[in-house]
Amino acid sequence: MSSAPASPARLSLPGLLRLVVRRDLMLAMRRRADVLTTLIFFVMVVSLFPLGVGPEPEMLRKMAAGVVWVAALLASMLSLGRMFMADYVDGTLEQMLLAPQSLSVLVLGKILAHWMLSGLPLVLMAPVLGLQFDMSVQALWVLIVSLLLGTPVLSMIGAVGAALTLGLRGGGVLVSLLVLPLCIPVLIFGTGAVEAVTSSTSVAPHLLLQGALLVLAAVFTPWVTAHALRISME
Amino acid sequence: MLEINNLACTRGDHLLFSGLSFSLSDGELMQVQGENGKGKTSLLRMLCGFLMPAEGEIRWRGENIRELDEEYYAEMIYLGHLNAIKDELNALENLRISAGLSGCEVDDKQALAALRHMGLRGRETLPVKVLSQGQRRRVALARLLASDARLWILDEPLTALDVGAVGLMQELIGAHLNKGGMVIFTTHQPLEVAGVETRRLTLA
Repeated sequence: MSSAPASPARLSLPGLLRLVVRRDLMLAMRRRADVLTTLIFFVMVVSLFPLGVGPEPEMLRKMAAGVVWVAALLASMLSLGRMFMADYVDGTLEQMLLAPQSLSVLVLGKILAHWMLSGLPLVLMAPVLGLQFDMSVQALWVLIVSLLLGTPVLSMIGAVGAALTLGLRGGGVLVSLLVLPLCIPVLIFGTGAVEAVTSSTSVAPHLLLQGALLVLAAVFTPWVTAHALRISME
Repeated sequence: MLEINNLACTRGDHLLFSGLSFSLSDGELMQVQGENGKGKTSLLRMLCGFLMPAEGEIRWRGENIRELDEEYYAEMIYLGHLNAIKDELNALENLRISAGLSGCEVDDKQALAALRHMGLRGRETLPVKVLSQGQRRRVALARLLASDARLWILDEPLTALDVGAVGLMQELIGAHLNKGGMVIFTTHQPLEVAGVETRRLTLA
């Protein structure tokens, strides 16, 4: 057994986080269609509204933030099913539950990767779509910031739902029913921030509350998801 | 040392086994036997903490594995029915990632050595989806080489392996036991390790 390393180096927690994020991004890059479908769905849903309600600039400006946020919410639901499914089917999830460092950190890595693949592209695409609704430059900036603060929360709450419905038949619909109500605060403060620009009131409270939601979710959801995964595995 | 006290397992309403007690010390090899559906895999999954025992407890170095949690996981490695490898990645990437998840950081050189030891020379950078079932199993088994776990829990490790690979597994297990490791496994094929007496546990 000369080829076996005597004692392999132990992986640190940040090392684990990096490993999981890199792994998920690498897997996604070899299966690009999955990432693109979410983004195309988002672009299509948002673009349908100006076509459907007619080119009335005043009305479009008013509904812009709401439409973009609801579309982002729905698009993020689309990709939730995939979050743990592939790992569950091929046995990797079993190995993840046996990770000796911290399952919560590992889950946080998966959430981060999920956000980079499903949330971040939406944030980058949103300003272009906002132009269809004749949004002002300032409103576009606030929209971007609110999406940046809000979409990670969607991935985090979504992770809990995805873990709870793992291995259930029809889990895809169930996870949306579980997660969507919990995402309402994110939606309210997200659209509220953009509306504050149009009605020239202060944007800060909305964004601060979104930031608070983000911190709260970042602290609790990886831990809750880790427990949900252990339950799903029984 | 692994100690099992008065363990019982139920799946649904069905009692698989009860009153199971045994212990496994350094350098010991144990084979779990029994017909299909007698609870071999369930027992191994309980040892991993995936399943809650209906009764009884599992102790590692005198402490319940539920309380040890991650401390215990650092000292064990589990190989299940599923290979836990990704079709999209190649053998090298798969091994480095799965070793990383089990807490060991291996570099390319160590990973290549482990894969070559498992007879995968020339297949290291092929996507796993073009490999045969037996070769995939070998990729999964290479994890054993890249880990320093004391306790090996192997569920049907010989599935899809050819005669050469079975011999290699016997060697691997022998070397692990010599270093004071412990192995508990299930198999329907004969697996004898030279110089070591296999303890047998039959679930009926």
